[in-house]
Amino acid sequence: MSANYLFFGIIAFYLIGAASAIILNKKDRLCSYASFLIAALAALLGIIFSILVIFGDTFSYELSSGSYLKFGFFVDKLSAFFILVISISVFAVSIYSTGYVREYFGKKNIGYLGFLYNIFIISMILVASADNAVMFLIVWELMSVVSYFLVVYEHEKPETRKAGFIYIVMTHIGTGFIMMSFLVFIGTSASFSFGTFAEAGKTMTPLLKDIAFIFALIGFGTKAGIVPMHIWLPYAHPEAPSNVSALMSGVMIKIAIFMLIRVFFDFLGASQAWWGYVVLTLGTISAILGILYAVVESDIKRMLAFSSIENIGIILIGIGASMIFFASGKPVLASIAAIAALYHLLNHSIFKGLLFMGAGSILYSTHTKNIEDLGGLIKKMPKSAILILIGVLSIAALPPFSGFISEWLTFQSLLLGFNLNETFPMIILFISAAVLALTGALAAFCFLKFFGIGFLALPRSQHAEHAKEANTPMLIGMGIFASLSILLGILPFYVLPVLARIAASFTGNLDSFTFASFATFLIPSSMISLSTPAILAIIIIFMLILSVILFLINGKKQPVYETWGCGQPVSTSRNEYTATAFSKPVQVWFKNLYRPARETEATYSTSPYLKESFKFESKIEQVIERYLYEPVVDFVITRSRKLLIIRTGSIHTYLGYIFGTLVILFMFVIAGGSS
Amino acid sequence: MIPALMSAILQIIIILALSPLLSGITKKAKAFFQIRKGPSIFQPYYDIAKLLRKDSVVSQNVSWIFHAAPIISFAAVMTAGLLIPIYITSLPLGFAGDLIAVVYLFALARFFTALASLDAGSSFGGMGGSREMFVAAMVEPALMLSIFAVALNVGSTNLSYISQTLSGMGLDALSPYQILAFVALFIIAIAETGRIPVDNPSTHLELTMIHEAMILEYSGKQLAIVELGAMTKQLLVFSLIANIFFPWGIASAGAGIAALAFALVVYILKIVIIGLTMAAVETSTAKWRLFRLPDLLSISLMFSFLALVSFIIVKGG
Repeated sequence: MSANYLFFGIIAFYLIGAASAIILNKKDRLCSYASFLIAALAALLGIIFSILVIFGDTFSYELSSGSYLKFGFFVDKLSAFFILVISISVFAVSIYSTGYVREYFGKKNIGYLGFLYNIFIISMILVASADNAVMFLIVWELMSVVSYFLVVYEHEKPETRKAGFIYIVMTHIGTGFIMMSFLVFIGTSASFSFGTFAEAGKTMTPLLKDIAFIFALIGFGTKAGIVPMHIWLPYAHPEAPSNVSALMSGVMIKIAIFMLIRVFFDFLGASQAWWGYVVLTLGTISAILGILYAVVESDIKRMLAFSSIENIGIILIGIGASMIFFASGKPVLASIAAIAALYHLLNHSIFKGLLFMGAGSILYSTHTKNIEDLGGLIKKMPKSAILILIGVLSIAALPPFSGFISEWLTFQSLLLGFNLNETFPMIILFISAAVLALTGALAAFCFLKFFGIGFLALPRSQHAEHAKEANTPMLIGMGIFASLSILLGILPFYVLPVLARIAASFTGNLDSFTFASFATFLIPSSMISLSTPAILAIIIIFMLILSVILFLINGKKQPVYETWGCGQPVSTSRNEYTATAFSKPVQVWFKNLYRPARETEATYSTSPYLKESFKFESKIEQVIERYLYEPVVDFVITRSRKLLIIRTGSIHTYLGYIFGTLVILFMFVIAGGSS
Repeated sequence: MIPALMSAILQIIIILALSPLLSGITKKAKAFFQIRKGPSIFQPYYDIAKLLRKDSVVSQNVSWIFHAAPIISFAAVMTAGLLIPIYITSLPLGFAGDLIAVVYLFALARFFTALASLDAGSSFGGMGGSREMFVAAMVEPALMLSIFAVALNVGSTNLSYISQTLSGMGLDALSPYQILAFVALFIIAIAETGRIPVDNPSTHLELTMIHEAMILEYSGKQLAIVELGAMTKQLLVFSLIANIFFPWGIASAGAGIAALAFALVVYILKIVIIGLTMAAVETSTAKWRLFRLPDLLSISLMFSFLALVSFIIVKGG
């Protein structure tokens, strides 16, 4: 009963947040505090609610009973986990937002942003709790449309409008596939209720199952940003306001993962091993392509968006492995792989949220997202720098931060593939592990570039020169996520049993887990163990000893001098290494993928040996967009042009069309009626 | 608790004491192959002692990252040192991490060194950092696959367990997949320790150097820590190879003093032989162009892949 009050309390709070945003529209400051702090409060309720469901009973509530189309809510452990992920992110991001939107005061409509923000969160929670295909599609559409409006919030910029357009088109193509997938289920179950889909999944023919699988994968995969359906993501996420980007990249794309798990495991029973291979392969490709494009990107937010594709890939590697194990009758291994995926999902929502908020702070104080214009921010924004560094270390999967645990678990679950005792699956899993290793190393490369070029050395532009520390609410928001990144890294043994419960709810296995001792967790039946608290403790002990020794032997103060430049005075930012140069080796290595094109332009003064100015431009190609989407778009456009001949501009012709259509429909009805 | 602590401290002392020696022996061997006299094998100790007496000159551009990086990197490498069996298979802190954790601890050390390379704002540093991370990215897939090959053979990624099991196998440990994985890991070790043909540890020419370019801004006491860290990492990488592929002679838990002393001697012999081999390889090859390195590491990747495939074939798929 209390769960009822809580659930509707959450919805009510977000609605109040949305309403207050509208009411207080004229007063920017008050409006931002009201709408975002109420959202934060609702998020706290959401955390309590989801924890209650994870440790207690499934929550379900019927809005209308007995009728053909039953609307209701259904929250089991899996959906509760996603509501938890949403709520944690919303809590931190909302606090951050109260500071971040000060940027827009007097320029943009804060009430509009606050309203959409709250509605967007409601739509995500409803998507995670919808009990019925029709209701699901309605709230899914709500989520897509509201997020579209959030993406085009800064609609005065043409690139924002273009990004919004690509997003809305792609998301509707995705929704179309989702609908078709649901129709396959409805055809068997004769009901819109998700509860009956699971039974339908058992009785469907293998062909129908395969069709439902493929449509769901394409449909939800589009939202999740799986390669090759990812093309909207690097446009849309960077253009949205940074607090919204944090939610979109951190949470919204995860909702699609939630539905993938729901459809594959709960509805379809993950019965076919080849589904697992498809998911694993797509995950591996997404991971490597995502990070490869992120490495060479100079726009911070676009880089983060590409990295989201990478991380979705890593999550899918876990899910794919889990499906393979499950279909091969190894539920324990399936649980381990699923735990790895869920752990990475949770981690990613936190460190990516942190990094997007960090990118927002950089944007807030420097008004640029171009990494080539930054530099030296560690001195201008020291607190933000530390928080962002924690995010960077987490996403680079370095011990003892959070990303390391989930990547370690993913490697271990791939290694457990040797239990399959079949040659082909083993080789697929191991190749995936090798690609994942490359992905991890490139992620470290990418985020080293981001932090090293963006924060260290000297400022490269006036923007960076005059950067100021982010304001307190922004620091608090980022601080929450930074502490969570550390805690998820060093206290995995508190998180893992919870994730095991959730994984068990779809892989059906709980008892075989032993999370042995306080600091260690073991994979059953082998000596494999990891203890990040121990690692952290040893590192800290070594650091302390070294620091003390250095302090004791350091007689004089350290002399400060110019950076070494072969005897030349070089201490200007013009001599620094650039981001483009930093990632150049990777660009050369993968030149077949990037297909780089460069343009150089030099102007000379009197002598041809003295260059007056030099312009260098280097571009890379988005292969999938260029060779997969552009031909399709061109095809559609040229065909549509041909259809123009039926547009005569004469009203008589149009009336003729209508008449003709009616006649055909009439004949169709008669023919249908007679049979 | 006390014996465990003693054992850990002993391991640290052995690692720190042997690292410069190994470096010195390798240098001496290189000099021998090049028909030079070369510096004494104790020269690295003198170098570190000298550097520790000097002041560190720092650039005016740097932030706290530059000061913290050597300490963090060194601590990460030493932590890895507590997870790798040296002369005895029982590790007091072996539970804290496995082979994959060791790889990631090295990555942590590398990350901070490369970060510090960008801090002074010189092009040298950026170039070095970029190349270091590039080489690391190339190494990683081959490294993970060869780890998998070893882990499959033994059934665990726990390093103590691997050494223990393999040394118990006697000569059976020399299986085809083990040999293939060894070749792969040896190539990786060349890259990880920054040796020819990947990197040249004894040059300061900006076109050829990787590691030296990264640490160009360090001097005095900080440089001493960086150098010692690099030597320690080299010793640890060699120890990994020694105790994964040639585990014979390593002491088991509860061995007596005599057995431990014997194991220590065997261990020193093993890493010296690997060091000599490395010196021979270094002398007989030329430094490769940076963009030819993917070829070299693809060879390593192929070897580790073959190791996996042959394991699957031999052990039955």
